[in-house]
Amino acid sequence: MAANLVTLGSLKVVSRDDLSQSMTGCASTSCGSSEGPADMDPAIWARVKDHPCYSEEAHHYFARMHVAVAPACNIQCNYCNRKYDCSNESRPGVVSERLTPDQAARKVIAVANEVPQLSVLGIAGPGDAAYDWRKTRETFRQVVAQIPDIKLCLSSNGLALPDHIDELVEMNIDHVTLTINMIDPEIGAKIYPWIFHDHQRLTGIEAARVLHERQMLSLDMLVARGILVKVNSVMIPGINDAHLREVNREVKRRGAFLHNIMPLISDPAHGTHFGLTGQRGPTAAELKALQDDCEGGANLMRHCRQCRADAVGLLGEDRGQEFTLDKLPETVDYDPAAREAWRDWVAQEREDRRAAVSQAVQATAAQVAPQETPLLVAVCTQGGGRINQHFGHATEFKIYEVDAKGVRFVTHRRADNYCTDGAGDDERLARVIRTLEGVPVVLCARIGDCPREALAAAGIEAIDAHAHDYIEPAVAAVYRDRRALPAALTA
Amino acid sequence: MALKIIKSQCTVCGACEFECPNAAVKFKGETYIIDAALCTECKDQFPKPQCAAVCPVPNTCVPA
Repeated sequence: MAANLVTLGSLKVVSRDDLSQSMTGCASTSCGSSEGPADMDPAIWARVKDHPCYSEEAHHYFARMHVAVAPACNIQCNYCNRKYDCSNESRPGVVSERLTPDQAARKVIAVANEVPQLSVLGIAGPGDAAYDWRKTRETFRQVVAQIPDIKLCLSSNGLALPDHIDELVEMNIDHVTLTINMIDPEIGAKIYPWIFHDHQRLTGIEAARVLHERQMLSLDMLVARGILVKVNSVMIPGINDAHLREVNREVKRRGAFLHNIMPLISDPAHGTHFGLTGQRGPTAAELKALQDDCEGGANLMRHCRQCRADAVGLLGEDRGQEFTLDKLPETVDYDPAAREAWRDWVAQEREDRRAAVSQAVQATAAQVAPQETPLLVAVCTQGGGRINQHFGHATEFKIYEVDAKGVRFVTHRRADNYCTDGAGDDERLARVIRTLEGVPVVLCARIGDCPREALAAAGIEAIDAHAHDYIEPAVAAVYRDRRALPAALTA
Repeated sequence: MALKIIKSQCTVCGACEFECPNAAVKFKGETYIIDAALCTECKDQFPKPQCAAVCPVPNTCVPA
């Protein structure tokens, strides 16, 4: 059933009733479980279900924000140059405005009042949050005093983290991301030119060896204290691409909750060592092949957007420019009403969606032969787990794989927004078509005749018949249309 | 005997302020500066000046 969804990004609500009115079609609640995915421990699910970076399901509903309070770093990575800053750039380490802890706390409260989906505050630099610990700690302290239920999370290279492990536990920091690109110092020496540790600058294999030992110590300490650890790894073709399979095994063995393999972002204009030396990033196919190989190791994260150190909003959108320092009021008081209303709505919506997915999976299993080939489907969505975006407004596509066993999220593919002024631009549309290579179907809320024909010419069918439906049931329906046994079609 | 920070190269990350054993690095205006009266170049404290050892930009913390 079509539902007239409001844009999540612009949503402002004060009560549950407002939400029901603005989101028709979601009110009927059928049976369904709120206990989370069958393959996850319920206690863990309770800790990740509202964290967009730890749960693929949560990232449809909940938003994170990063505050850039920690500019100092204790290592140099060949893929990083923090001097470069452009507000249209989305990649780790990049930030437009550095904040003091006081300014950051004000910003978080202002965002919490305006963005009810906010569930997580992360500090991801732009340096290292555990090295620049005093600023990280003071920011968390001020925010938690006003918003006690916000989840705290930080990213670190792990070098300085063991020095602060007790304070991390005391502050209830529940999620930590460690960037681990190697477990072999010989490979590490090709990624890290130097580290600063114990008052000395170390270089070469010695630097990589110390970094590796401290990273493993950080991982072990965090796991021993029950903190959920996500390991980020940057895939650098020719340097650590094959090696990341060993990294995957090792971090899984040591108890990492998630492993997130990200592509190297490399461009000479970024001024990074790898950018300047022409080191290329992996292709989408190379990344997927590595991720597929690592499946069954630590849970693999496929929905990472490699956000900026000052990103605000749902993953894949960045509202940071709405909350720059000059736009913040001098004083701001936290009002919990909007966030509470949003959580209530999400709880119902999740039950609905889960029931719909369950029905769709059963129908597909009944109508399609188990050995039938899988299908890749691209989806245009603005969040909420629904097909609710105009094709021309999509800056990225969620790619799902479907077969008789079910529907699985595979990855995002980014594409530049091709529809900027109402008129499609042929060159950008061509870029979108390249982005969708190997994906024969795209589901969107609407699409114009011209892009539809251009897609068809490239062998891609655009379907808007499932506008505003839940993603997985619609993907399953498309699959059944294409693959169902003749008996099922005539039955 | 002191170091200085080349302002045009400084990324204002503050790692030098964090590491300086003499509290000689201060944030002033839009950049960090080294108070020459307090800077010892880390002599008798560390093998190398800490600000230069941690600075991410080469040749930015240099002899004044």
